[in-house]
Amino acid sequence: MSIEDHLPALQIVVPLLLAPVVTLLRVRSLPWAASTATSALTFVLAIALAGQVATDGALSYAVGGWQPPYGIELAIDQFSVLLLLIISGASTVALVFGKASLDREIGEERAPLFFAAWLLVLAALCGMVTTGDAFNLFVFLEISSLASYVLIAAGPDRRALMATHRYIILGTLGATFYLIGVGLIYMMTGTLNLADMALRIGEVSELRPVLVAAGFITMGLALKAAMFPVHAWMPNAYAFAPHAVSVFLAACATKAALYVLIRFDFVVFLPHLAEHAAQVSAFFIPLAVVAFLVGSTVAVFERNLKRMLGYSSVAQIGYILLGVALLTPLALTGAIVHLFNHALIKGALFMAVVCIAHRTGSVQLPAIAGCARAMPLTMAAFVVAGLSMIGVPLTVGFVSKWYLIQACLEFGVPGYFLAAALLLSSLLAVVYVWKVVEAAYFKPRPEEAPELCEAPPMILASLWLVTLANLWFGIDSSLPLGLARAASMTLLGEAP
Amino acid sequence: MAILAYFNYWVFAVLLVIGLYAVIAKTNLVKQLIGLSIFQGAVFLLYISMNKVEGGTAPIFLNGNTERIFSNPLPQVLILTAIVVGIATTALGLAVVVRIREEYGSVEEDDIKAQDVGS
Repeated sequence: MSIEDHLPALQIVVPLLLAPVVTLLRVRSLPWAASTATSALTFVLAIALAGQVATDGALSYAVGGWQPPYGIELAIDQFSVLLLLIISGASTVALVFGKASLDREIGEERAPLFFAAWLLVLAALCGMVTTGDAFNLFVFLEISSLASYVLIAAGPDRRALMATHRYIILGTLGATFYLIGVGLIYMMTGTLNLADMALRIGEVSELRPVLVAAGFITMGLALKAAMFPVHAWMPNAYAFAPHAVSVFLAACATKAALYVLIRFDFVVFLPHLAEHAAQVSAFFIPLAVVAFLVGSTVAVFERNLKRMLGYSSVAQIGYILLGVALLTPLALTGAIVHLFNHALIKGALFMAVVCIAHRTGSVQLPAIAGCARAMPLTMAAFVVAGLSMIGVPLTVGFVSKWYLIQACLEFGVPGYFLAAALLLSSLLAVVYVWKVVEAAYFKPRPEEAPELCEAPPMILASLWLVTLANLWFGIDSSLPLGLARAASMTLLGEAP
Repeated sequence: MAILAYFNYWVFAVLLVIGLYAVIAKTNLVKQLIGLSIFQGAVFLLYISMNKVEGGTAPIFLNGNTERIFSNPLPQVLILTAIVVGIATTALGLAVVVRIREEYGSVEEDDIKAQDVGS
């Protein structure tokens, strides 16, 4: 076998093996350089894998040569490729971008361990979106959670510790719920391979344990994905984590959990449980609507910018769940493409806020008053990303909202209400983005405030790279849309 | 007796709810972690219970004897991994609580919240 055949495994193995190596590098910025190189290599592998999937279709890799369904399978299709690109891309950009702020927040002594934890998160998230084995998925889920607790607890503010404690409690509850669900399904079907499970659930005569399992798995993963009303851990965890970690996790940590939720619901449960479609819609649609209305409203009143973006993420996850719950190809395409787009939007917004925090030393709204004059490029990026979040044409936010609203309108009168709620939430997004813009552009800089200047070039360059990606994929969205369309077709079991 | 036939599963359910109650109701951070451990322990019991085959013995091949009935070894292996994860979670959680106590001088959630409102 040539090296290309092992790409699915390398994706996970490279960062996993280099994590312990990084703990040994105790020279200045060497741990950072090694992790950035590893992360970039993972990104290159993801691109190579995307090329393979584009030419050959979905791949299956038997880990250690043990054939599925007995061994662990890595199953890679367009959906996983999209997620792999988001995860490794976000990690690389966040590392390059975060060098200066991490130097300040982490310090030389803790750096090797911190970056090792970062690589573990990267490896585990890649594992989560590639594995085709339900229990292996649990292990990756827990590796990513445990390592991200470490990353969040490294925040300079002591409130980071309480945020971490809360995340540990709720994250573990979520993962354990998932474990109970997997156990119940294993009891009834005798298999852990997702594809095999989907086949065998049809043969199960007593369905009650499977229904209970569906409930446990959905709830557990919803906790991990910070779905309303179980999002309580997320805004504080993002607000008090080190800045670069906020960028990384906001872009992809909850996305991986959403991916697993979608995969489980559509591949395993939906085709084989009679009532499942109606249950999914009845459960998720109300929660999704409340999520984006409440999330956006709370964001309007929030004065800590990072917490504001955290609550806005609650709302954005609501959009994705709405697309999932409508169960039509159009809506699912919208939801999946929004997974990608939201990573770009929230990544850029967090990065702009971090740039401001880098110079002003604060993420409170009053502290940024008048900073646009001194930092025009940073604020311009914030405005572009903000417009993208609102959903203005020519940005990525528009593409996904267009799909979601079209999908809502397919449903007649109830769909009009859903579309109206979606637009109302977008209007609320205008309000909170405008609050920041107003403070930065139209309020005078306080007299006693220190002089500001533009953020360092490397930081600014990576901020603008992501901002331009917001525009690029807004104008030519064929790459994410193509992958999302193929993914939703596979998930709904229709020929592409 | 239908109820006694599911004895293990009853214990699983009761332990699960006790653990969940402690996590939700207690304000002491260490007690919350204890609740979390009980909660995870209940799940270990679920997995161990499901591997039992009536009349089955430990799944070890001896002298080529393949006639005997064996219990299913897979859930045991799975739960071994989950136990390791549980230990890691508890250890990490306690480490964070130690750091919280260093910073705040308390492990009571109310005390800690009151201190943060002040700052």
